[in-house]
Amino acid sequence: MRLQSRHLLGIESLTADEISLILGTAESLAEISQREIKKVPTLRGRTVVNLFMEPSTRTRTSFELAEKRLSADSLNFSASGSSLSKGETLIDTARNIEAMAPDFIVMRHSMAGAPHFLARHCRASIINAGDGAHEHPTQALLDAYTIKQKKGAIAGLRVAIVGDILHSRVVRSNIFLLKKLGASVVLSGPATLVPLGIEHLGVTVAPSIEEALDGADVIMMLRIQLERQGKGYFPSLREYFSLYGLTEERVGLAKPDAIIMHPGPINRGVEIASSVADGPYSVILDQVTNGVAVRMAVLYLLAGEADHAHSAEERTGH
Amino acid sequence: MRILLKNGRVIDPSRNVDDTLDVLIDEGKVSAVDANIPRKEAAAVYDLTGLVVAPGFVDIHVHLREPGREDRETIATGGMAAAAGGFTAVACMPNTTPVNDDQSVTDFIRTQAAHASPVSVFPVGAVSKGLKGQELSEIGNLVQRGCVGISDDGMPIQSGFLMRKALEYARRFGIPVISHAEDLPLAQDGVMNEGRVSTLLGLRGHHAVSEEVMVFRDIRLCALTGGHVHFAHISTRCAVDLIRQAKAQGLAVTAEAAPHHFTLTDEAVVGYDTNTKMKPPLRSEDDRRAVIEGLADGTIDAVASDHAPHCSEEKEVEYDLALFGIVGLETSVSLGLDQLVAPGTLSLKRFVELYSTGPARVLGLERGSLAPGSRADVTVFSPAKPAVVDPAKFRSKSRNTPFGGRTLRGSPLMTIVGGKVVHSTL
Repeated sequence: MRLQSRHLLGIESLTADEISLILGTAESLAEISQREIKKVPTLRGRTVVNLFMEPSTRTRTSFELAEKRLSADSLNFSASGSSLSKGETLIDTARNIEAMAPDFIVMRHSMAGAPHFLARHCRASIINAGDGAHEHPTQALLDAYTIKQKKGAIAGLRVAIVGDILHSRVVRSNIFLLKKLGASVVLSGPATLVPLGIEHLGVTVAPSIEEALDGADVIMMLRIQLERQGKGYFPSLREYFSLYGLTEERVGLAKPDAIIMHPGPINRGVEIASSVADGPYSVILDQVTNGVAVRMAVLYLLAGEADHAHSAEERTGH
Repeated sequence: MRILLKNGRVIDPSRNVDDTLDVLIDEGKVSAVDANIPRKEAAAVYDLTGLVVAPGFVDIHVHLREPGREDRETIATGGMAAAAGGFTAVACMPNTTPVNDDQSVTDFIRTQAAHASPVSVFPVGAVSKGLKGQELSEIGNLVQRGCVGISDDGMPIQSGFLMRKALEYARRFGIPVISHAEDLPLAQDGVMNEGRVSTLLGLRGHHAVSEEVMVFRDIRLCALTGGHVHFAHISTRCAVDLIRQAKAQGLAVTAEAAPHHFTLTDEAVVGYDTNTKMKPPLRSEDDRRAVIEGLADGTIDAVASDHAPHCSEEKEVEYDLALFGIVGLETSVSLGLDQLVAPGTLSLKRFVELYSTGPARVLGLERGSLAPGSRADVTVFSPAKPAVVDPAKFRSKSRNTPFGGRTLRGSPLMTIVGGKVVHSTL
């Protein structure tokens, strides 16, 4: 079993089998991070460019760690430290990076479709590390890994996702993944932050957080970007927390063994009460730990894909 | 030179003609339309058996970019693109640099067109100075110098007061105010149609309602002022319905639709091809069908391409950053034949009307007829000959089309402007 594409641009195009392959591979690679010497030579001699055109600490460090544990050579391009802030276009940036012949480009960009653009212009394998409000596939994969770890399986679970659905790439990737693996998904948030037509993705939208949490196995809270306040999406953070914040009382509506997730960074007292974030049901830090294993698995599998593609090229003489 | 077009199927909606006839052209005018005009009457004879001979096609919504952005298009290259696409005349929008809000710019466009463009160029003046939506430009003066309509087009007029004043003021000049109907705050910097697909792609949506509320506003202002409102590039079902109702009430309302809106839907944005980004955006399948219904039943008066050339570096960027618009002059006729005529939705006569008589009437141009004595602007096309869209062969300076590689059922073959063959692939 292999991945069909040499890129990971999103969850939407993956099959359930491919998702299971990545999660299974992550499980076997997770052990590396428990060793005293946390490094294997799997990607020795491979170059990974981490092209982060939008600030991100968590995702970038997680990828970097995954790359280092697989012995890849990695280098970071970020928007502030390079020509990107000098008005160079993405296509020129892509061509320049391409000229250095990297094997992988891990890309974070504030605009949807940017990694797809890169994939059209580069020979490297592209890994989408979050594109605008579109997808964040490795986040959904690490979320799924964490759910499996805690719940054993994903099929049949009820997952409640609460918050800013409109601007969230995490929610789209999670919906695609959870639906493919047989979970049911219920969303909730102010109607101003729920995009039109989201129900076409096979989810239900609950008007209140209480209805969404009712009987949930998994509660996934989304970050509220503080700058959304004052833009007409909701009146105040105070009212947001009173209507949609995750409190201990509201956690009581979910199943007794429900787990609480958050892609981070959390806004304490905005979307989640501190007592909940730090409480016994919270798996937020497990998500961070699992992110490294999942990203190692993605790199490992895509490297195999690239090898396969190269040897096919050699065979056919292209 | 006398030119004889023999054995073509002459379709002239202005006189309700649809028959196999010969057309004799002399001194830039149609001198006779008759059966069996002898060959010896002319120096050049074209046998057009199996082809359609129509009044010259008119595209009333193009951006020629000159003056100011000659790297995208010029009056010469845009004119050649028009001729190659089967058009004998175009009306160009005022968003040049400088803006066509002043007679000197109108004069420049007309002078330049007279010596550089193979087709007629009719300038559209700006409603407001600098397209800023604040003060009226010198509309009377612009009309005197040859402007055939006024519009702020891509800088849509947000102030209802200014729109009202423009309609009142323009009334005495007999020209339409061309409305690009878009409520900008409601459109919210959207880059594509808002709906299922924008949600799937994570792109900011621009909802159909932002067009519809402005269509309603301008219809009511038309009723109030008695001015002529022409709606550019109508793209939604509700907008088509509102215009249909306004026409039933006898209001001076006309409308055009663009080929991409009757051909594509927002599904085409999947994959993030920036050549699917334009305003109004590609809409839903239901909207697409409504546009075709409007074209068929007379609600929409004209097909206009909204030809919007952009350099490759303005399109080869992130979807959010790409400029709005696509080129259309060289694909419009084939798309109309392929999408409207080939499936049997529109008669050839209605098709010809939408490309010639209809647009000429919207702007009050003396075009769109093959009546003897009229100017010899003629478009010859084949409803059957396949056209393969190859952007590398465009006469336009720009290549921003989503239709590259498509094979379309129907081709423009010859363009005659003022009795002169300006393009022919016969």
